[in-house]
Amino acid sequence: MKILVCIKQVPDMESRFKVNNSGVWYEETDLAFRMNEYDEYAVEQAVQLKEQSGNAPDVTVLSIGPGRVVEALKKALAMGCDRAVHIQDDEYYLKDSWQIASIIAAYAKDLNFDLIFTGMQSQDRGSAQVGVTVAELLGFSCATTLVGFAYGGNVITAKRELEGGLKSVIKLRLPAVVTCQLGLNTPRYPTLPNIMKAKKKEMLTHPVADFLKEGAHSATERFYLPAKKGGGILLEGDVNDMVDRLVEILKEKNAVVR
Amino acid sequence: MKALLVSEYREGKLLDASYELLAFADKLGAEKTMVLIGSEAAAPRFNGKVYLADAAKYGEYNPDVHKKIVLEAAQRENSDCVVFLHSSYGWDLAPRVATALKAAQISEVVSIVDGKFEATCCNGKMRRMVSLKTVKTVVTIQAGAFSFSGEPQGTPHLERLDPAEIASCLEFVGYEAAEAKAVDLTRAEVIVSAGRGVGKKDNVQAIAALAKALGGELGASRPVVDAGWVDHSHQVGTTGQTVSPKLYVACGISGAIQHLAGMKKSDFVVAINKDKHAPIGEVADVLVVADVLQFVPALTARLLK
Repeated sequence: MKILVCIKQVPDMESRFKVNNSGVWYEETDLAFRMNEYDEYAVEQAVQLKEQSGNAPDVTVLSIGPGRVVEALKKALAMGCDRAVHIQDDEYYLKDSWQIASIIAAYAKDLNFDLIFTGMQSQDRGSAQVGVTVAELLGFSCATTLVGFAYGGNVITAKRELEGGLKSVIKLRLPAVVTCQLGLNTPRYPTLPNIMKAKKKEMLTHPVADFLKEGAHSATERFYLPAKKGGGILLEGDVNDMVDRLVEILKEKNAVVR
Repeated sequence: MKALLVSEYREGKLLDASYELLAFADKLGAEKTMVLIGSEAAAPRFNGKVYLADAAKYGEYNPDVHKKIVLEAAQRENSDCVVFLHSSYGWDLAPRVATALKAAQISEVVSIVDGKFEATCCNGKMRRMVSLKTVKTVVTIQAGAFSFSGEPQGTPHLERLDPAEIASCLEFVGYEAAEAKAVDLTRAEVIVSAGRGVGKKDNVQAIAALAKALGGELGASRPVVDAGWVDHSHQVGTTGQTVSPKLYVACGISGAIQHLAGMKKSDFVVAINKDKHAPIGEVADVLVVADVLQFVPALTARLLK
């Protein structure tokens, strides 16, 4: 079995974002980057499937982006993927979800992957499109938002998270793409021996031009902070003063505190 | 501009959120047609055309089958824009329809500004204004962003879609209901919720103590539940419970949209967060800029005095 895991490296979402010179994305300086949280579940599920199948499956991890994404790929290798593919693209943020999916599909087209794992969305762009579009382009079956995954006899039994605590159970045949929701498993922390072992694993680099065949369907014109609706009271300063002030406000405006 | 609005149906019922699609189309100034894979009894109350395919025959959700049906309706209408909710149904189906139509897809649209789509990104912290380069467009709209006011009314003009059997590599097995709720947050007058900002499991106690001091229940955001700090039955948000207490206190919750969707109807919201730019500030009546672990125990002590 051949498995592909598609990951993205994204900024820590607790960061304060500034607009970069292009005006259409964030300034990367001062941001700490890490593997997209949803993709950590994708890597973990792929590695678990490999381990459950007598280590027979071959797991390739792929990421598109500038040089920094190599760090996320190294982490995936240390978690147990076999090789990494870095599609070098400094202008990743100018591509829309359609182009990103097309690049992945162009890479995967002749490599006979049986199963592709990815996160249900990225934490930064958050379009939740790429995995499904890759499946459509490759003619694979696809299930999104997985909180349960089991594999046996060429069939995946997937549990999808719907709204309000409801889940649905579906079966799909390979080849397939599945997108992972938070809570699907418990992503492992790479151990030091595995980090050392990962250094010896293969890391291939391709320029994005090798796989970019499609023009954009949409473009970000402007990237900005949402307009403040305001109206709320802002409390800052000494903790005890703020406690007093908040209790006053609650007594005045809210029937719950008397 | 002709919009095809893809309504949602689950466990034999039309989902009310489907009416938000109408509000979006009105904002867009588009001519409206709906499509439903459901039942006649559950057809949306709307004075216009509704393409109806029978869920008893086609399933409540099989993406391969639903894609074909939506495409059939879009083709008959020659729709310019196909609109879904940004939900487990919409984000699963929309890219399939967009790929087939060679259409741009814009996800999680929150508003329309001068005819252009504004989408949220970076966990609700930022916005993108998007321009389109394709003839047709597929849009998913954020739940609650386009509110439908009033009672839905009208009589749909139903047009049946009855395609021959559609092949699929996917089989719907069934639903799995949410576990019985140990805690019914929907009835609570006060909810004090813990977010990732509380730092670790042991610190949840301080949040629970404040909830007790206010005579309320403990709530939690998704990351806290996923980390195993608080049981799922306390989760507030899209995939947890939707609440509307008299007082909601958000402790160390940045305010991801999935969380806001579950609590923004609260009467009064107090947010305690060390980042005064956190999106939770958008819905907070009072935003306390402080370290949760300093402020919350101090507030609890003051209330118990």
